[in-house]
Amino acid sequence: MSETSSAPAAAHHGPPTTFISKHVFSLDHKVIGKQYYALALVAALSGMVLSWLMRIHLGWTNAAIPGLQLITKSGAPGGVMTPEYYLQLMTMHGTIMVFFVLTTAPFAAFGNFFLPIQVGAEDMPFPRFNMMSFWVTFLAFVVLMSSFFLGDGPTLGGWTQYAPLNAVGSAGGPGQGLGVVLWAASIALFCIGQLLGSLNFITTTLDLRVKGMSLMRLPLSAWAWFITSCMGLTAFSVLLPACILVILDHVAGTSFFVASGLVINDQVLPHSGGSTLLWQHLFWFFGHPEVYIAIVPGLGIVSHVLITNMRKPMLSQRVLIYCMGALAVLSYMVYGHHMFVSGMNPVSALAFSFPTLVITIPATIVVLIWVFSLYGSRLRINSASLFALGFISMFVTGGVSGFFLAQPSIDIMLHATYFVVGHFHMVMGVAAMFGIFAGTYFWFPKMSGRMMNETLGRIHFWLSFVGAYCIFMPFHYLGMVGNIRRYSTFVDDFLKPLIPVHQWITIAALITGAAQLIFLYNLIHSRFWGKPAPDNPWEATSLEWSTATPPPWDNFGGKHPVVYHDPFQYGVQSSVGDYVMQASPEQVKTEHDEQ
Amino acid sequence: MGKLFAVTIIVIAIASAVPVVMHTWDAPADISTHGHLIDEQMSETMVEAGISFLAAQLLLALFVWRFSGDRPNAKVKTFPGGAKGLVIAAVLLVGAEVMALGVFGVKAWADVYLTPPAADSMPIQVQAGQFAFYFRYPGLDRKFGQIHPELINEGTQNLFGLDPEHDPDSRDDVVTAEMAIPINKEIHLLMHAKDVGHSFFVRELRVHQDFVPGLDVSLHFTATKVGRYEIVCTQLCGLGHYTMKAYLDVLSQADFDDWMKKQQAAQ
Repeated sequence: MSETSSAPAAAHHGPPTTFISKHVFSLDHKVIGKQYYALALVAALSGMVLSWLMRIHLGWTNAAIPGLQLITKSGAPGGVMTPEYYLQLMTMHGTIMVFFVLTTAPFAAFGNFFLPIQVGAEDMPFPRFNMMSFWVTFLAFVVLMSSFFLGDGPTLGGWTQYAPLNAVGSAGGPGQGLGVVLWAASIALFCIGQLLGSLNFITTTLDLRVKGMSLMRLPLSAWAWFITSCMGLTAFSVLLPACILVILDHVAGTSFFVASGLVINDQVLPHSGGSTLLWQHLFWFFGHPEVYIAIVPGLGIVSHVLITNMRKPMLSQRVLIYCMGALAVLSYMVYGHHMFVSGMNPVSALAFSFPTLVITIPATIVVLIWVFSLYGSRLRINSASLFALGFISMFVTGGVSGFFLAQPSIDIMLHATYFVVGHFHMVMGVAAMFGIFAGTYFWFPKMSGRMMNETLGRIHFWLSFVGAYCIFMPFHYLGMVGNIRRYSTFVDDFLKPLIPVHQWITIAALITGAAQLIFLYNLIHSRFWGKPAPDNPWEATSLEWSTATPPPWDNFGGKHPVVYHDPFQYGVQSSVGDYVMQASPEQVKTEHDEQ
Repeated sequence: MGKLFAVTIIVIAIASAVPVVMHTWDAPADISTHGHLIDEQMSETMVEAGISFLAAQLLLALFVWRFSGDRPNAKVKTFPGGAKGLVIAAVLLVGAEVMALGVFGVKAWADVYLTPPAADSMPIQVQAGQFAFYFRYPGLDRKFGQIHPELINEGTQNLFGLDPEHDPDSRDDVVTAEMAIPINKEIHLLMHAKDVGHSFFVRELRVHQDFVPGLDVSLHFTATKVGRYEIVCTQLCGLGHYTMKAYLDVLSQADFDDWMKKQQAAQ
């Protein structure tokens, strides 16, 4: 960086002076990003352990799980899980993974750490809101986990919390009283945290770009976080009031989601006039954009990682940006495909089906751009690029199964089956996790100042990649036969023969889950004892690689970079190699013709 | 390592496709008049999605195989045609695919949901509650008695909250725990939820519909094969969700008439 510009309008705060202000209640977006990452890590481990317990129960229903009775006496007498405890674990698994892992890690964690640096800013415009965003999210996690220890446990209604089961109180079953209130309070807090975060992301992108950093010069990862924050601002602002209304149905005697004349245990419920489908509309108006909130950051991260390792730009950065934007807009118009057989007007099913099919077009373009950009590249294989390539494979597999679920007539057969579970685990679970892993192996040196162990990273990839297919492809087959999801035990005649498939999936899940412990070891060991990282280990171009490793508290050591180039100038001849950094004034000759 | 990745995804792609090609995991045979449209739609989608899946995975493998590894002297190249050709190809190919699936899919959906039941269809009401289905036939008067929620009592087996003393329509209603229907007769199914959300799914019938508490919904279908089939709940309804099932008996008209007589006698 040979030139500096004047500082963009940013909220300045001095360097932290105490342990608390540096590591706990920090205003520094980088510390907040790492806090989000740590929270996501704890949440991911919790969610994974829950999935192990669930999978053991599904494979061997009457098996005693040693030690489980010590955690919950009523939920697992003698270590054998009860049906309601299975549903409670399932609900918590889904909630933890969707909200506290898939939203926080790729968006809030990496976005917080890198978006301000990638635009050349010292911090975000509202650092206190940013700090509040994390701590409110942390509180949300604590509130959610507290439901394990309070009342009769967590809610059993699934992460979608359909009405009126979510609003009828304890009469609906274990966890449907206090458990639901804690769930709704947790998610409401989470929404507040993400709204504050989204506000910061949007203003950072629009207002704090340094000189020369036009919108089209933003790296694809920054574009992905910006688009995701726009979705977050609109999606979470709908889920927030929905959760408040659920809480009111419990504590204030309202009937937003409970209709008249419902009877449980021969007692007419004291509610009237509510709408069952209202919850589904509100939830899925959030819920489908949420799928893209989880995956769009992955599109950006994977693009960024791939470009760096291909040593050439994508065929078109502009087309990728437009496609991510199209996915975001369309995500609001397709939510009704979750409700084809819900009882809503069947004509509207067709209206929701068409944009769901259309959304395949930008998604296909993204995949084609990725794949055909590999043509003529000098692809470097490392842990980060392997996970990025694995992401593409998973995104394709999860995407094509969406073709089936987009059609209401086929949904008649596949709705609420394991096909749906396989689809969303593949596309927003595994693919998004692969995006997180790609981002971790890629950016860990910059975040921590140390390199991760490459051999362990590759072992982690192979076990995860093959393992994920062994787990989730059979889910699709089970769904095609009609295997219903959310059953704690398979007692129906047609489901009993499928239990061996579930046992296979359980074994694959246990092995694949254990492989994640390799990642955890690598992460922790490298953090303290890893090889010191140079400033730019991957010979990358975006601004985060222009500054020190790890970056100083104000990101650029009191300077403000000037941007001279598009974000991904690879395949060029420069004084440093086949790339030129965004902040370098050096004029270079390209080896290729960019489209 | 790049070549290993390429081989791995080819193996995974082919291994994933084999059970589909071999029809290892097909749904059970259709027993309805409308189900063939759904099955045809499923088959067409499987072909199109399958080709897309295999083509994308194989292309990914091909390019990773060809362009990964240590190639220090190789100059990077751009795919001939660039992004514009890919965008046009995606819009045209996927657009045509989308239009075809969308248009043909409307037919299958409309047959189930956008056509009224025939005037002579047989009305049957199904009530879903934690964790059982109950069925009600209107009797000779072809009229259902009104449901009174406050009268619902499982102890006295007044499962639908009927009031035969004051409501003559309810006096000949037949309430059963299993569903029997005559073959080749259109059924008009009236769906009522007693407590929370449930669903009605019979795989062989290609029928799947949620119950909406507070809003009675209906659908119609005709079964074409005698047999005994499972009705299951697919909407998470509480701790006993996995146990919520009933049987559907598709009977010849004569057998159905006998069955109905026995049920009426047992009321």
